[in-house]
Amino acid sequence: MAQRIPFTLRFLQATSKSGWIALGVFALITLVLLPLAHLALPAGHPLHVSDYVITLGGKILCYAIVAVAMDMIWGFAGILSLGHGVFFALGGYAFGMYLMRSIGLDGVYHSNLPDFMVFLDWKALPWYWQGTQYFLWAVVLVLLVPALLAFVFGYFAFRSRIKGVYFSIITQAMTYAAMLYFFRNETGFGGNNGFTDFKRILGYSISAPGTRVTLFALSALMLMFTLVLGRYLIGSKFGRVLTAIRDAESRVMFIGYNPLWYKLFVWTLSAVLCAVAGALYVPQVGIINPSEMSPANSIEIAIWVAVGGRGTLIGPVIGAFLVNLSKSWFTMAFPEYWLFFLGLIFVLVTLFLPQGVVGIWRRMRGQAKS
Amino acid sequence: MRILWILFFLASWYSGAAQAALDPAVLRQLADDDSDVKIAAIQQIAQSADPLAERVLKALADDGLAVVDTKILILEDEQAVDAATGAAVVPAPENPDTIVVNNRVRSALNAALAALNLFNPDRATRFSATRALAQSADASIAPLLTRALQQEKDPEIKEQLTEVLAFANLQNADAAVRLAAVKTLGASSRPNVRNALEAQLSTESVEAVRIAIQASLRAIDGRIALGEQVGRIFSGISLGSVLLLAALGLAITYGVMGVINMAHGELLMIGAYATYAVQSAFRHYFPAALDWYVLAAIPVAFFSAALVGILMERTVIRWLYGRTLETLLATWGLSLILIQSARVIFGAQNVEVSNPSWMSGGVSVVSNLVLPWNRIIIIGFALFVLLLVWVLLNRTRLGMFVRAVTQNRPMASCVGVPTGRIDSLAFGLGAGIAGLGGVALSQISNVGPDMGQGYIVDSFMVVVLGGVGQLAGSVWAALGLGVVTKFLEGWAGAVIAKIAVLIFIIIFIQKRPQGLFALKGRFVEN
Repeated sequence: MAQRIPFTLRFLQATSKSGWIALGVFALITLVLLPLAHLALPAGHPLHVSDYVITLGGKILCYAIVAVAMDMIWGFAGILSLGHGVFFALGGYAFGMYLMRSIGLDGVYHSNLPDFMVFLDWKALPWYWQGTQYFLWAVVLVLLVPALLAFVFGYFAFRSRIKGVYFSIITQAMTYAAMLYFFRNETGFGGNNGFTDFKRILGYSISAPGTRVTLFALSALMLMFTLVLGRYLIGSKFGRVLTAIRDAESRVMFIGYNPLWYKLFVWTLSAVLCAVAGALYVPQVGIINPSEMSPANSIEIAIWVAVGGRGTLIGPVIGAFLVNLSKSWFTMAFPEYWLFFLGLIFVLVTLFLPQGVVGIWRRMRGQAKS
Repeated sequence: MRILWILFFLASWYSGAAQAALDPAVLRQLADDDSDVKIAAIQQIAQSADPLAERVLKALADDGLAVVDTKILILEDEQAVDAATGAAVVPAPENPDTIVVNNRVRSALNAALAALNLFNPDRATRFSATRALAQSADASIAPLLTRALQQEKDPEIKEQLTEVLAFANLQNADAAVRLAAVKTLGASSRPNVRNALEAQLSTESVEAVRIAIQASLRAIDGRIALGEQVGRIFSGISLGSVLLLAALGLAITYGVMGVINMAHGELLMIGAYATYAVQSAFRHYFPAALDWYVLAAIPVAFFSAALVGILMERTVIRWLYGRTLETLLATWGLSLILIQSARVIFGAQNVEVSNPSWMSGGVSVVSNLVLPWNRIIIIGFALFVLLLVWVLLNRTRLGMFVRAVTQNRPMASCVGVPTGRIDSLAFGLGAGIAGLGGVALSQISNVGPDMGQGYIVDSFMVVVLGGVGQLAGSVWAALGLGVVTKFLEGWAGAVIAKIAVLIFIIIFIQKRPQGLFALKGRFVEN
């Protein structure tokens, strides 16, 4: 029997050497160079990185985390979720509750309650807001609430062996129902407007350059962690079973595995990663509202993955950057044409690029070798 | 004895005179400065039911009654008539002083005019007068109502008059009259009768009347609640028919062909915009026939949506058969393109599509329940489309080919069915049906670029809940969802009802993934 390799080593070995080098370069850029260029260089300097770039970059880093989380379930388990926006938004709302509470008395109405509650003439915090003034409790909520929802939903769905398009459609119904629920004022999450006007986080001003850069760097770290975790999971025995389920679920069952727990684990993990991304997203963007849960948003996540190339982990990161950068550019340059462009991406990528951008690159490399 | 004779004589003279003409003394009271005197005179004139009375009161209402010396004159188009006799006065006086009517007098005057109509020989006039009085009757016209009731022959009007009289008698000084009135009103189901009874309950002093009022209130509440239930079932069926129209096209493309089309909602939108375009064309070219534009819109919407559907199938969906998740994403992309095209062509704002006159208004079933015509027509239209789809699928050659291709593609191809063309046509048919749904939706909801998005989740829920592969399931699912949604709305409000229904479907599908009505037979899972 071969010697058992320690877990840490296996974890590190899961990512190839070139992978670690690429991650190192990425870390150098996002954790050192960009923050320095933003903080140390004066605004007029040609290498200065502006507020806009840091915010946009941080936002897209969060999207990239979501895309990788989506790739774990779609690319490797073959489950297309059209409701991942709900986990992202739940994470955002959970952390937004903490941010709302840390506004303190600085709100428009100078009340201990969040502004929208004063506006609705509420006298006390609802029970689910209790304890949200503590950062740690908010973090617990960010992790637990989406995990619980994903676990319960996934348990029932996978147990009845709902898959394929059926599963996609009921996840879409889930996010649609959640959106309607959060649109209500009585739900206690600010209705239409959601949460906004945050002032500080852990005592630091939320708009200070230092805070922004820290959040940006944290998002980058989280993305790297997600990638390494994903690589490890996929390379492990667990990942092999998962891929087998994707390709031939019945055969896996006949061999003696129960697909339920494999699917459920990766589904819940993916939801939690989305929630963390949402929690990092909200303080950087400064607002969270129910439109994050709209079915259109969730389906857009799928196209990031498809553009990059599903089942590749790195592809979704590239896809998230490509699509969102072009969105930023289009909405500034030709706002009229953005939807045409996005629609065309959906059509062309599914028709001509089933492996996404990474697929093109691999094909080109394969041709070069032969 | 002699006094009696004189009285008798006076009375008969008075009534005889009233039939020939109006009493000048009473008429002069109309010009009195005191409003109470005026109102008393108005009511006295109305009660005479004299042919002249209506002319006088109408003239008073139109500021056409004047005082000249001691005579009251009716001024009608340049000429003057003596109000007491009806004889023309020549020459007409110049710049006569007309009698001024304030608001209090005017409302008494209107009541009196309506009451006079109760004696009109025309049945329709009497009927509408009864209707009008039902809202405003009070003790002052009770004697008039009693007289009208005695003369009335028509049973329907008689019944209504009885109710109006009871309503007027509700505040009568005599407790026995009040009691009778309250008992009569227990048979009513109008909300304003209920309010009046409740108001009377708070001031009523006689115990027996109080008890009777409470009994009547209970009876009325029961009937109003019944009306509400019936109304709810109706709006449930109406919502169900809308859901069915939205989902029928999908039942073909997804249910029968297995193509998941996320742009289905946009095909509905195309149908609705086609209706709008036809309406605009009618406004411009045939304003006389504007009322019938909806009928012309039906084929236009069908063919424009079908054309777009066939184009979609030929260019995109065809290449993705068997890859459902990719089809889903690609059709979502198509839906974004269609939405943006609609924005570019018609503008981002909602466009105005109006109901033709034969679709507005409604049928009143119970007094607190009116069923709108447009809803009724849409229910009928849904039945028509359902029948159309059924005939097309089960009674035509195309339908037979569609069923053959979906059941066994290679075999169908072997016996010479052009499978590729059948795919296009079947998809076009589903799209065209969606276009028909769009015509119906344009009549009851906003028409805008985003309108389809709201229906896509609902439509899929209907098809999935009903069971993929056949139409009957979709029909039951749509009706069931419609009625359940409306009943939940009555309890918990629209948003919670919607969420509850979605959660119910999610749970239901997990229990029965094959839907309400599974196709018989065994299928290999792939």
